[in-house]
Amino acid sequence: MLKAPDLQAIRQIIARAKRWDMLFSVLGILSLMVGVLSFCVLFADMAIKGVPRLEWEFFTSFPSRRAANAGILSAWVGTVLVMMVTALAAVPVGIAAGVYLEEYAPKNWVTGLIEINITNLAGVPSIVYGLLALGLFVYQFGLGQSILSAGLTLALLILPVVIVATREAIRAIPQMIREGSYACGATTWQTVRDHILPYSSAGILTGVIIGMARAIGETAPIITIGALTFIAFLPPAPFAGDPPAGMFDWLFAPFTVMPIQMFNWTSRPEAAFTVNAAAAGFVLVFMTLAMNGLAIYLRYRLRKNIKW
Amino acid sequence: MLKPVTLVTPVTASAPGDDVAPVLKAEVKALDFYYGSFHALKGVNMPVYDRKVTSLIGPSGCGKSTLLRCFNRMHDLYPGNRYAGGGIVLQPDNTNLLSDDVDPIEVRMRISMVFQKPNPFPKTIFENVAYSLRVRGMRNKSELEDRVQSALKGAALWNEVKDRLGELGANLSGGQQQRLCIARALASDPELILFDEPTSALDPIATASIEELVMELKERVSILIVTHNMQQAARISDYAGYMYMGELIEFGVTDQIFIKPQKKATEDYITGRFG
Ligand SMILES: Nc1ncnc2c1ncn2[C@@H]1O[C@H](COP(=O)(O)OP(=O)(O)OP(=O)(O)O)[C@@H](O)[C@H]1O
Ligand SMILES: [Mg+2]
Repeated sequence: MLKAPDLQAIRQIIARAKRWDMLFSVLGILSLMVGVLSFCVLFADMAIKGVPRLEWEFFTSFPSRRAANAGILSAWVGTVLVMMVTALAAVPVGIAAGVYLEEYAPKNWVTGLIEINITNLAGVPSIVYGLLALGLFVYQFGLGQSILSAGLTLALLILPVVIVATREAIRAIPQMIREGSYACGATTWQTVRDHILPYSSAGILTGVIIGMARAIGETAPIITIGALTFIAFLPPAPFAGDPPAGMFDWLFAPFTVMPIQMFNWTSRPEAAFTVNAAAAGFVLVFMTLAMNGLAIYLRYRLRKNIKW
Repeated sequence: MLKPVTLVTPVTASAPGDDVAPVLKAEVKALDFYYGSFHALKGVNMPVYDRKVTSLIGPSGCGKSTLLRCFNRMHDLYPGNRYAGGGIVLQPDNTNLLSDDVDPIEVRMRISMVFQKPNPFPKTIFENVAYSLRVRGMRNKSELEDRVQSALKGAALWNEVKDRLGELGANLSGGQQQRLCIARALASDPELILFDEPTSALDPIATASIEELVMELKERVSILIVTHNMQQAARISDYAGYMYMGELIEFGVTDQIFIKPQKKATEDYITGRFG
């Protein structure tokens, strides 16, 4: 005869186990809220204070001693130019290093050591990069307290991010694709150019943009190399001067950037300047979010055509 | 690094129905191969005949893929792999493919490969086939188009894809993808094509079409194929080699291997008494 199962007991065990499910999901939601809500509150606070200040003049005025006239023209132009230098320096170097490590470098202890160090570099405090840049770029190479120095400093700072992103994107490419290319008679360079780079571009781009989004808010290393905190003129327009030497005048111009402008305003006693700082902060966060949005969009677009 | 090759393979009986003796396309001579310290191929001697299908059979892990991948120097891509003696001599120019003086890329330009799992590039159907021509520096558009078309025809895929050459290769069915890979291997007009279990990821109908294709291809090109499927080896190959634990136990005309094997081990494997 069949033995009747003790359904009562089984159900009790399940109910007890499920209580933990409940408990954990509540805890999880709470933890999530801490992160999301605190960002929302910060952002909302900044938006409420700052958004009314965001008229056209705010973007087209230089800083001023009178809060109502002050604007972020020199700051956003400086940020854009510094970011341009950062991207132009970090992207090719980072991708080249990542591709070399994945596709060319022999796997031995030297490359192993380099790998570990690159990962560690990502964790070095940014002010240390500032000190390095002050000694190296500003004084040793004589680049001065310029857009070029700042851009290169930030490039160093995000280089590990770009390298790591490049390597991860490359590693996601199945080995059989590589073998298929080599079996056709391709050289390593042809394989990299025709397959590795195109198929990993989405991942690389995401890494680059996330790195740039980090760099855009960096203050410490920029202050260290000596960005000005009050600047009432623009650098020469890029590539507009007399060629060839004049085209690069902008690189050597003094500058300021958004976070420094904010820092400067928050340290003023007048409340009106705090409003300016909130407005500038709103613009900065918007820039960062826009970059991340772009990363997500590009990743979606580039991945669409890639199926293994 | 490689010792000079001295061993000569004994003359093998010609395939039934052939009046002329088969012509050698390549010859594996006393080949030893190591994965690190693992001795994966032990003194293998084997001929591959011109415009014939040669199959390699044997239990899993016996070294079939390892031997096949020596032919296009695939092992060179990974550190620690070592050709340790003997060689593979390609005819008619009598070149030892495994010699240090021979560039692996040159070898891969002469000998192409079709893999176990279809591996089209995430590019269009056209670009997939054109790739083996592009790496050879072909830029002329109309020439590329002609060659891609004839390769797709050769791979019995043209009629199915002629209106969708701009679509992604990955949109094709598994069997079509594998024929696309065959077209890619064929486009460069190779002397020998290597197949590593090309139908193991396919359904029976796609398998039948690939088998038919292989038998057509042997009119133009020599074929070396690894298969797990004994019926397949019997159906499509002219010569067969039985491998076990890194050694080539027996090699001969397929019918003879399947009907009257000389070695007890081969017979046991073929009749399913293996193990
Ligand atoms: N990269 C590698 N490193 C070390 N050992 C390997 C490597 N690849 C294969 N081997 C070993 O070499 C032997 C032969 O492998 P191979 O892939 O040639 O077998 P096979 O006959 O093709 O088997 P299957 O029918 O399963 O594909 C196996 O014992 C395998 O474990
Ligand atoms: Mg295999």
